[in-house]
Amino acid sequence: MSRPFAVLLPFRPGDGLAGIAGHRADRRAAAGLALAAGLILVHAAAHAATAGAKPAVLETLWRWTPFLLGGFVWNIVISALAMAVGTALGFLLGIAQISQVRAVRAPSWFATQLLRNAPWLVLLFYCMYLLPFQLHVFGTRIGIPDWLKAAFGFALPVMAYVSEIVRGAIRSIPAGQWESAEALSFTRSQTIWMIVIPQCLKRMLPAWMNLYAIVTMASVLANVVGVSEGLTAAREMLAAEQRVELLLPVYAYVLLWFFAYCYPIARATVFLERRWAVAH
Amino acid sequence: MVAEWFRQLKESANVNLTIFYDRFDGLTYLNGLATTVKLSAACLALSVVFGIGGAWLQRSGWAPLRWLVNGYVAFFRNTPPLAQLYFFYFGVGSIMPLIPDGAGGTHRLFDNFQWAVISMSLFAGAFNVEIFRAGIEAVPKATTDAAEALGYSRFGAYIHIVLPLAFRISLPALNNNLVTMVKGTTIAYAIGVPELLTASATIWNASTNIPEMMNVLMITFLALVGILVVAMHRIERALHIPGYNR
Amino acid sequence: MAAGGTMSGISGDAVVSLRDVHKSFGATEVLGGISMDVGRGDVVCIIGPSGSGKSTLLRCINALVPVDRGEIVVAGMTVTSPTLDKLALRRKVGIVFQQYNLFPHKTALQNVMMAPIHVLKRDRREVEELARQLMRKVRLSGKEACYPGELSGGQQQRVAIARSLAMKPEVMMFDEVTAALDPETVKEVLTTIRELAEDGMTCMLVTHEMGFAREIADRVYFTDRGVIVEHGPPKELFGSPRDPRTREFLEHVL
Repeated sequence: MSRPFAVLLPFRPGDGLAGIAGHRADRRAAAGLALAAGLILVHAAAHAATAGAKPAVLETLWRWTPFLLGGFVWNIVISALAMAVGTALGFLLGIAQISQVRAVRAPSWFATQLLRNAPWLVLLFYCMYLLPFQLHVFGTRIGIPDWLKAAFGFALPVMAYVSEIVRGAIRSIPAGQWESAEALSFTRSQTIWMIVIPQCLKRMLPAWMNLYAIVTMASVLANVVGVSEGLTAAREMLAAEQRVELLLPVYAYVLLWFFAYCYPIARATVFLERRWAVAH
Repeated sequence: MVAEWFRQLKESANVNLTIFYDRFDGLTYLNGLATTVKLSAACLALSVVFGIGGAWLQRSGWAPLRWLVNGYVAFFRNTPPLAQLYFFYFGVGSIMPLIPDGAGGTHRLFDNFQWAVISMSLFAGAFNVEIFRAGIEAVPKATTDAAEALGYSRFGAYIHIVLPLAFRISLPALNNNLVTMVKGTTIAYAIGVPELLTASATIWNASTNIPEMMNVLMITFLALVGILVVAMHRIERALHIPGYNR
Repeated sequence: MAAGGTMSGISGDAVVSLRDVHKSFGATEVLGGISMDVGRGDVVCIIGPSGSGKSTLLRCINALVPVDRGEIVVAGMTVTSPTLDKLALRRKVGIVFQQYNLFPHKTALQNVMMAPIHVLKRDRREVEELARQLMRKVRLSGKEACYPGELSGGQQQRVAIARSLAMKPEVMMFDEVTAALDPETVKEVLTTIRELAEDGMTCMLVTHEMGFAREIADRVYFTDRGVIVEHGPPKELFGSPRDPRTREFLEHVL
């Protein structure tokens, strides 16, 4: 099975994520990093002279790095969970969108559009305020921690985007595939799961990876509703240090961490998109 | 009269929509709506300017300038917009010069609204650079050649021939990005800009009508996005050149 | 009636029979009252200008396209009945398309094996043996592990034929199966079809290969604008067409 797939039409992005997904690579990855690193350095240098007895900015950043990374881990946990839940539910929603039954198709279309066009922060607020803080299961109370609610809050828009990715990918499969499956007596659900979806997966991967990077970046919104994550850690650090000259370098440092995590994903996405577009 | 009906609604159905009968809540909400619209409009204009400017600079013959633009695009696209906002408002804001306010006190250059506009425009602008770049690249070289053969200068051909075509090609992707941007204006809540989310939170905290206000907020945003989409489609159709589709 | 031999189509043992079949897409009538009978073991070719409804006709026979009016009976099943068991029908009627429509994510052998395993629920090992046998039959031994994208058009089309045969159909329909192929690979596909016909398989072909139709067909139908203009043994239809429209068409293509 090591043979490469050789056919497959180029992925035709649908609407929605298309603009974001279809982005081009910049060959100078370093330029972005240099820009941010430069900001920190210039600023640190400017303050080195005036700092006096206080420890230098870079030294302080270094000292707090484990703490900041501890916060950053939550961004990864929350976004990974949101992706897992959102992808599973979004997949079903996307398939429901192409159902032949109007009573299934219409509500799933509506839910997708609703969740896709609502601001992420508003959906997050919905989940934080309106989800119960504990569940009663067989008489036992199970508490729902805030970060879990937040993850669910991010899973909602993920669901809508995945739904659109799935629908777009399914629609990009040539009609002949459906027709020949039908002629071979495959049922509709067999056709979807055995013939259409396996061909779609590859087409969906770049858009899905791009979505993952977006969710990781969106996960800092949890800070706004009081869930601890990377940006919260940065604010706690600033509150503890009480030094104005730290404000700029600390936030730049946080940006840098996200860049270091998300940029490679973006590059990989572009790489896969190009490679599979050529395989046409 | 309308107010009376909503007061009744609270009594009879326990649906408390204060914004329709309480003058203060109503004004708070309207002010939020106006702020969101202003914020969106300002970001929309500025991000398109950043986009066109960046795409133009990317074609510059001077390599360091191109690297700078590429760096800007890569960095802003791959970092969280909220962290960018904090970076600008708290970080860069802290080193802005102090300006006398005329009443004996001072304040920093740029307030939270202005920082929100700058930060969010830079974010959306980074995407717009890529969108316009793709549009410009999609204009066939032959078209530019023909313009230059007719005596247009490079700049003239860019302004009169390439840009008008590239803009049309870019429109669908631009629409998507602008919708994302309008939705994204909610993050200004984090630095206290009194936009819709801030206004709604103020109201639901004071009147303890969280579910009602959340639904109102959601519907308002869906309406705003809907209006934007319809408007952009109108523009798209108005600019459509018969027989020219890629 | 002088052609003799295989004129079984007129008799009562028709495998496929159509009576006054009508079909419109919107305002365009594509089938305007088609009647024909195909007997067991017959090879029938349908020729005619593009857009004369030939492909739609085949799609109606295995219920891929519903008809508006008329009756179709295939192997004792009334296709036009509202209680039709579509799956049962399609097991009896194989169709091969112009664009092959192989499943690109499966190897050639898997393409042939999929439907018998998942639709007919047959034993995998048994099916694999059948599939290998069919690959040999279409002269593609050794290509079992190739993905469709690694095969030439002609090879893909023969895999598509094997895939249909794996369902053990009673009738095989070919919809312009050579139209998308390079001239060099047309021959290998036609050879496969010829061998099938010689084995006694009932075949219905929509084709532009007049030479092949003349050689292989028991009967040829000429259709134009949704109706059968004339039909008969190839010698008669090609040799002395009666209708001026047939004559004009043949002058153009021959």
